Amino acid sequence: MANTAALVLDLPDPSATARLGEALAGAVAGLDEAGRVIGLEGSLGAGKTSLARAFILAMGYSEPVRSPTYTLVEPYEGGVADIFHLDLYRLADPEELEFLGIRDLYRPGALMLVEWPEMGAGVLPGLDLGIRLERQDTGRRARVEARTPAGRELVTSLKSDPLSKEYLVSY
Amino acid sequence: MRVLGIETSCDETGVAVHDGERGPLAHRLHSQVDAHAVYGGVVPELASRDHVRRLAPLVEAVLAEADTPRELLDGVAYTAGPGLVGALLVGATFGRSLAWALDIPAVGIHHMEGHLLAPFLEPDAPDFPFLALLVSGGHTQLVSVTGLGAYRTLGQSIDDAAGEAFDKTAKLLGLPYPGGPELARLAEGGDPSRFDFPRPLLGRPGLDFSFSGLKTAVLYAREETPADDSRDADIARCFEEAVVETLVAKCRRALRQTGHKALVVAGGVGANRRLREALQGMTEKEQVSLHFPRLEFCTDNGAMIAYAGHRRLAAGEGTDARIEVRARWPLDSLQPPTGDSAPLSA
Repeated sequence: MANTAALVLDLPDPSATARLGEALAGAVAGLDEAGRVIGLEGSLGAGKTSLARAFILAMGYSEPVRSPTYTLVEPYEGGVADIFHLDLYRLADPEELEFLGIRDLYRPGALMLVEWPEMGAGVLPGLDLGIRLERQDTGRRARVEARTPAGRELVTSLKSDPLSKEYLVSY
Repeated sequence: MRVLGIETSCDETGVAVHDGERGPLAHRLHSQVDAHAVYGGVVPELASRDHVRRLAPLVEAVLAEADTPRELLDGVAYTAGPGLVGALLVGATFGRSLAWALDIPAVGIHHMEGHLLAPFLEPDAPDFPFLALLVSGGHTQLVSVTGLGAYRTLGQSIDDAAGEAFDKTAKLLGLPYPGGPELARLAEGGDPSRFDFPRPLLGRPGLDFSFSGLKTAVLYAREETPADDSRDADIARCFEEAVVETLVAKCRRALRQTGHKALVVAGGVGANRRLREALQGMTEKEQVSLHFPRLEFCTDNGAMIAYAGHRRLAAGEGTDARIEVRARWPLDSLQPPTGDSAPLSA
């Protein structure tokens, strides 16, 4: 029970999705210990990359955040925290993560933001936080779920963000 | 001068031998090799991107096909970035070590420089300077090429690459992934006037591209339109029109801006028929020559790395006996060959 905190938000438009990314960056900055894995789940066009883009920009990186679908990993290094933005959609087997050097990406001080984490099940380190985006009319419903104590801290922090006052459905 | 080229930056394991006088002698991707011959009848199931197990047999096969015992090699070129570090390290370690063992020079090549120089593998190669449109699943870039190692990125996609937009839109239309070519086939019978999809960034100055918004437009169009005989074909056609029109308009703008008289198109999306036709029409009007390397040299391959390596090694450049790769490596930071053995990828 201790690690199952979840937050559900109704995000009416793309700018609200971006605000969730920014709020997440704020929550991560407040964590003592980095080296965390955040999963982004949802179908094609659900807004996973848009959320990741807002998060990475809010973490202080100014370069364009390109889709990692083809490159599999887009690195952002040299800021407050290194971020590895992964998209596992094109993996045929989770074992391929080994060939991509997944062990070198999972290190203290670095964050992994992973789209389609289910494609890496068994090899990808366990998620601290899972965010599932689902379409709802022209907006999105985001279900943010803690999977570890660190993830629970992130959820608690997100809940106190002004974003939650506007869009919270349940906690 | 005979150079072995190795490409392992992403999905493909590519190997080639380039001869300074005779051109490409042999080039192969892992997927094209007759595994029976290479493994002596035993065909192991190799996982995707398992460059480690693919590379050595592929090098053997290509050297044999090029009738080049390794002692006849004069240099080794390998992709040193940008790309996946784990994947790049396989090619760089193998290539640099082989060169060390053979006591010949080696050079780390920028993957995109390979693509930019690929037109020189063809008989109708343009002269410098030229404009290059690199348009594939992983890249959408406009580059001004004024000489070897003199590249300026004029514009690029700020989100999804054009080929990625094709593949993902195909998936949204229920086609298998990646389905860019299937989407183009479906578009053949479609009505180009039925849907009005956005031309992202077209109305704004500058040469950057943005294609991720098209996905959302397609998603909504498909939901809002009751299924009929031609809905998906019409969507595919209108989507293709939006991408092609955007690419052609930005190429025209870049040609006028630079004054370059040649346009080179590289990357898998260059195979798209409508894009080819539209670029043909545009370049004729602009009085600019148009060049497409053959498809196997447009997608990731070892031949372009061997060629780029040959150009740099022949000019006296080489990389120290160290193994270095770079996940990120700005194309514009490249320099003409140094000729003093300074490491290219330090």
